[in-house]
Amino acid sequence: MNAEPRGAMLLTALIALILTVLPLPTYLALVRPMFLVLTVLYWSIASPRAGGIALGFFSGLLLDVFQSPVLGEHALALSVITYVAVREHQKIRSKPAFQQSLIVFAVLVAYESILFAIDGWTHHPISSPLRWTHTVTGAIFWAPVAAVLNATNDRRR
Amino acid sequence: MAFGTGASSARGGSPGFRFTLYAALSIIIMFLDQRGAWLEQVRYALNIAAYPIQLAVSSPSTAWRWMQESAATREALRAENERLTTRNRELELRSMRYEALAHENDELRGLKEALPPVAERWLVAEVVDIQLNNLRQRVLVNRGTRNGVFKGQAVLDDKGLLGQTTHVGPWSAEVILITDPEHAVPVQIERTGLRTIAVGTGDSVSLALPYLPANADVKTGDVLMTSGLGGVFPAGYPVGRVAEVHRDAVQPLAQVRAEPFASMNIDREVMLVWFREGHPAAPVSATADGEAKSGNARMQSQAVPPRPKPAATVPAPGQAAGAASPGDAATQPVKAPPPKPAKPPTPESKDDEEGPPTEEDVPAKPEPKSPTPQAVAPQTADLQAPAPQAHP
Repeated sequence: MNAEPRGAMLLTALIALILTVLPLPTYLALVRPMFLVLTVLYWSIASPRAGGIALGFFSGLLLDVFQSPVLGEHALALSVITYVAVREHQKIRSKPAFQQSLIVFAVLVAYESILFAIDGWTHHPISSPLRWTHTVTGAIFWAPVAAVLNATNDRRR
Repeated sequence: MAFGTGASSARGGSPGFRFTLYAALSIIIMFLDQRGAWLEQVRYALNIAAYPIQLAVSSPSTAWRWMQESAATREALRAENERLTTRNRELELRSMRYEALAHENDELRGLKEALPPVAERWLVAEVVDIQLNNLRQRVLVNRGTRNGVFKGQAVLDDKGLLGQTTHVGPWSAEVILITDPEHAVPVQIERTGLRTIAVGTGDSVSLALPYLPANADVKTGDVLMTSGLGGVFPAGYPVGRVAEVHRDAVQPLAQVRAEPFASMNIDREVMLVWFREGHPAAPVSATADGEAKSGNARMQSQAVPPRPKPAATVPAPGQAAGAASPGDAATQPVKAPPPKPAKPPTPESKDDEEGPPTEEDVPAKPEPKSPTPQAVAPQTADLQAPAPQAHP
C-alpha cells in the first residue's frame, strides 16, 4: 500500500462524526451506533499506516468535547482499540464478514467498558444499561459501514 | 524502537510506542481535567474547533425552521401577532398587580432589599440542534464567552429553571439540565418553606427529592422553588411541582418525585440570566468568600432586616444554613445598594405567599427597635413591633 488514503480517511471520519452527533428522536438515538468509532476501526484495520493511533486519539478528543464530561476519556478508549486493531489488522482483515462483526462487537464492548470505568472513577456514572446498546448495533452496522468505506478506499487506490 | 521524535513520531515508532504515548497523554488530560481549571484553555480551543461541526450538523433543522417561518402566510402571522399582543397585555396587567403586591409586601415586612426580582440582564440563547450524550441531559446553546456567558450561570426558560452552564466556549455553551442525574438543585417547598435538594433522574420529565424524611410535610401538588442556597441559582425561581409522594413504613425517607416546569425537550430558546451583585437574593459569586458565605445568600436576606443595628437579631437554633454570623449581619445591609422599585418584575416569584415558617425555617426574631435613620416608610416601624414573628 503505497499511497495512503489520508484525504478519504479524514473526510469519512468527519462525516462519521456528524452522523454521531446528528439529532435524532430519542429511541433512534439510543440504538445509533457510534459511527466515528466504527470508521476509526475500519481505517485502523484496512490501512493501519494511514491514521493509526493518532487518528484514534484525535477523534476521541473531539468526541470528548461533544459527549463527555471528562476530557480524554474517549481519547484513551479509542487509542486502546485502535492499538489493538492496528496490531491485529492482518488477522481481522482475513476473517469473513460475520466473524469480523463478532470481533467488532468484542472491541466495542471493551471500548464501552473503558468509558464505563472512567465514568465511574471520575464520579460521572451512568449506570443505565442503555449505554451498551450501541455495541450491539455497532456490530450489526459494521458490515455496511465497512462496505461503504471500502468503496471510498478502492476508488482512491 | 522509539527514535521518532516530535511530529515525526506520529509516523515513525512502533505502534506500541505510539500507543503508550497517546494513552499517557489521554490519562494526563483526564487527570488535569478532573483536578481543576488547568485545561479550560484546551477545552476552549477544542470548542472553537468543534463549533463549525456543530453548526453544520444543526444547519438542516435551522434551515427547515427558517423556511417554515418565511413561508408563513400573512394570516398566520397576523394571528400570531394578535395572540402575542393579548398575551403581552395579560402579562403586563399581571406584572402591574405583582408590583403593587411586592411593594405592599415589602412595606409590611419593612424590607426593601428582599425584593425577589433580581435578574438584572438576560440574554436569549437558542438551543443548537445537536445530540450531545443521549444518556446525559445536556444541551448546547449558541452563546458563549463572547456574549459574556460564564461557567455556572443559571439558565431559565419561560416556565422555570432549566439548568446551568458547564462548559463555555467562545460562541457556544454546554448547559447541564436540572434533570441530569449528576445535577442537584437546592430547592424550597413553597407552601412550607422546607428546604431540600432536587436531584435529576436522567429522565427529562422528572426530578427526585431523595432527602426528605418520611414524616416531612410534603404532598402532591406542592410547588418547588429555588432556595438560593449553594450560590448558583437565585432564590425564588420556580423549579417544579411534586407529582408523587410515596411513604413506606420501613423506609426512613420518603420517595418523592417532582415534575420540572421547564420543558426540557421542547425548548428552542432559553434565557441566560445575570443578577445584580450584592443583592441578598442573588447568588453569591463563587469567588466571593468561599462556601461559608455562598451557603448563606438566602438566609441573610431573610434573617437580617437591612437596616443598621441588626446585631440584635438572634439566629434560631435550628437554622439550616448555619446562621448568618453577626459580623455578616452587620456588614450586609450597609453595603447593599439602596432599594429601588423593581423595574422588570418576574411574575414567577411569589415570595409573599410563603406559608407559616416551619421549625427549620424560623428566622431570627427582629427585636422591636426605634425608627432607624434609613428612611423606611413611616408605618413600617409601627407594624414591626406588634408582629415580631412575621417572616422578615
